[in-house]
Amino acid sequence: MNAWIRSIIMPAQGTAYAGQVDGLWLFLIWVTVFFFLLVAGLVTYFVFKYRRRGPNDRTPNITHHTGLEVAWTLIPLALVILIFFWGFRSYMEAQVSPAGALEIQVTAKKWVWQFEYPDGTRSINELHVPLGKPVKLVMTSEDVIHSFFVPTFRLKQDVVPGVYTQLWFQASEPGVHRLLCTQYCGRGHSDMGGKIFVDNEKKYSDWLENGGDAGKNMPLAQLGALLYQSHGCQTCHSLDGTRGEGPSFKGVFGHEVKLSDGKSVLADENYVRESILLPQAKIVAGFGPIMPTFQGMLREREIQALIEFVKEQK
Amino acid sequence: MEPNYLSTPRGLKSWLTTVDHKRIGVMYLASILFAFFLGGVFAILIRIELLTPGRTIMSAETYNRVFTLHGAIMIFLFIIPSIPASLGNFVLPLMLGAKDVAFPRLNLASYYIYVAGALLAVGAMVTGGVDTGWTFYTPYSTTTNSSVGLMTLAAFVLGFSSIFTGINFIATIHKLRAPGMSWFKMPLFAWGIYATAIIQVLATPVLGITLLLILMERVFSIGIFNPQLGGDPILFQHFFWFYSHPAVYIMILPGMAIISEVIPVFSRKTIFGYKAIAYSSIAIAAVSFLVWGHHMFVSGQSQLANAIFSFLTFLVAIPSGVKVFNWIATMYKGSISLEAPMLYAISFLLLFAIGGLTGLFLGALAVDVHLHDTYFVVAHFHFVMMGGTVMAFLAGLHYWWPKMFGRTYSEKWARVAAALIFVGFNVTFLSQFVLGSRGMPRRYYNYLDQFQPLHVFSTVGSWILALGFFIMAGYLWVSLRKPCDAPANPWGAVGLEWQTGSPPPEHNFEHVPLVTHGPYDYSQPVSEPEEVQA
Repeated sequence: MNAWIRSIIMPAQGTAYAGQVDGLWLFLIWVTVFFFLLVAGLVTYFVFKYRRRGPNDRTPNITHHTGLEVAWTLIPLALVILIFFWGFRSYMEAQVSPAGALEIQVTAKKWVWQFEYPDGTRSINELHVPLGKPVKLVMTSEDVIHSFFVPTFRLKQDVVPGVYTQLWFQASEPGVHRLLCTQYCGRGHSDMGGKIFVDNEKKYSDWLENGGDAGKNMPLAQLGALLYQSHGCQTCHSLDGTRGEGPSFKGVFGHEVKLSDGKSVLADENYVRESILLPQAKIVAGFGPIMPTFQGMLREREIQALIEFVKEQK
Repeated sequence: MEPNYLSTPRGLKSWLTTVDHKRIGVMYLASILFAFFLGGVFAILIRIELLTPGRTIMSAETYNRVFTLHGAIMIFLFIIPSIPASLGNFVLPLMLGAKDVAFPRLNLASYYIYVAGALLAVGAMVTGGVDTGWTFYTPYSTTTNSSVGLMTLAAFVLGFSSIFTGINFIATIHKLRAPGMSWFKMPLFAWGIYATAIIQVLATPVLGITLLLILMERVFSIGIFNPQLGGDPILFQHFFWFYSHPAVYIMILPGMAIISEVIPVFSRKTIFGYKAIAYSSIAIAAVSFLVWGHHMFVSGQSQLANAIFSFLTFLVAIPSGVKVFNWIATMYKGSISLEAPMLYAISFLLLFAIGGLTGLFLGALAVDVHLHDTYFVVAHFHFVMMGGTVMAFLAGLHYWWPKMFGRTYSEKWARVAAALIFVGFNVTFLSQFVLGSRGMPRRYYNYLDQFQPLHVFSTVGSWILALGFFIMAGYLWVSLRKPCDAPANPWGAVGLEWQTGSPPPEHNFEHVPLVTHGPYDYSQPVSEPEEVQA
């Protein structure tokens, strides 16, 4: 029965901690089922049993019963105190990170997640972590409040501008886990997601060294399309000419672009490259200087791939 | 026909300048029903947009404005004023045996302030809309380009309307009870309204101050909440929820107050545990001021604060549970008849039970961390606000409708509508518990494909709900078009408001009533409704 409820209601468990949360969660589901059936059962029974028989029905004058009042005050009170302690104990476990945890810096910004690893490697919207090792995230935001939510880890923490908040976990399931933003942050809020790759030690360090092998044998434009999605470009730059926080890619390449300082520039390979690595250098007229730099986050081939991708948007 | 408050004096001007609590109640009723309709249209638009991931009928910017307006209109223009200002205004003085509220002119002023606030809100809607969510979280709200200024001003103004109503009711309950009506001979509706009024008067000013601070930050760039100006964004959340959590009880306590009236009447039985219900209202009002931090378990506030707020949150569950058990015990050995008001009261009991019990999930720290800001929360508060307050409001509306307008409505269609609304509500919102549990965040325009079946299910539910409300609008409209036909006391109730005509005369009672028995004296057979001699 519990396994069946889990499969319908709860996401998969990606950490041992998730199993602990689910224990209390299941208990609460059963408490809810019990009390709802109690209320619904009594109401249904009374409505049927004591239905009005005639206009002159007499009813007894029952005003109160102190014993009952005490019972339905104290029994629920004991129950909620139990639930409180249970919830508090599990919660504290997720709050105190073990010494020696791998520390990763997280910076949120409308509408991308940026990660920086201890060796200086950086990634966007893709967090890579080793399996079975405690990982601690130190997080802050560059603009508004965001929230870091991983359903399979049962973890969530707001990411607030001006302060550092923390989160730690120890992934026990290899594979890809979903990362979602759960604090409303504007137009791209629902696209501000990412993936957490949980790999064994070897694969993880290989990724740190070489950036993994995804896209190695892919044609440039196809890799570019992948990066366009995974690096959050799509939250600001549309492909169909719709105006977003940034200019649409449609029909940009090979054309003159008007800049905010009144000059104009031909959108060639060098312009696109500069716009990715030094986005503040040339601002398109009518847009704000809000794009983050991707310097150090993209390999040479990935930049070429994005340029090819932009070229294709005619 | 005898003259009544509807017919004399005549003319539009006499309505617009009236200080009669009954007329003001009716004007409030029309206004909040319009707000409910408007908020409902936005709700339907939200559900249609969510039929598919990505764009269905509108852009993300439009969607963000639509859900903000749905929330802001439903909260500030509908549910906060709903029961106290419309039904409460109408029946409270009648129940107490009074001629009017304590400050009739203040009452009218509160209505016009409400209208002014509503116009400001409409102004915000037509000048670009607002995209912050009804919670106005900083620094998003102080940096976005939408009409946040007008909307916060609207909520600020509406706050005064709420405060004035609260002051009025506190004074009325203290000073205008009929001779013989001691505190414990007061109908429980008055206790609920009293507890509500205390919260309105004490908590609303904090919201006003907070919204002014937002305006100052937006207009003068004074750094209060925006960290780029040296402010603290979490401070806003503390201020905001210090009002908005008690405000949840401004919404639900009057609903509970109506249930305490309807269940005894339709069970024809003395209320069970009068004092327990009365004191639990006051207990809820008191504890409601100490639980605001449970909206901020993942905001980064300290673990100690989280532990304390979690514990206090669980305490507030107790008086709510006590009420539910007492209402059910009232039905024991009663003589229960299932007319429309009772159907809504039973809907309330079942839906509020789910709403309350799912609150336990959100109070428990470890589970809340997962469920916070997901559709689970959306489902939970719709069960409390709509399954609770709106069902109670509909119970009260159908219960007092013959009294307010002197006309009966079609019982058959009322039952059809009640059934549709109950089914539609559950289809719409039960599915959202599952969505949220599985990790669907709220305020999402786009979503993962795996969530689509449940979203479609929920949207279909919203159409069933809408159909129920259209039928209701239909039979209530039809009832208003016919001549007065309601007896003074169609339900065989013992409350004072039923001891005068339907609709009541201009000054409520020909003679000041003398109260000798309790408000729920149903142990004697109540003879068929009779016209009370005027």
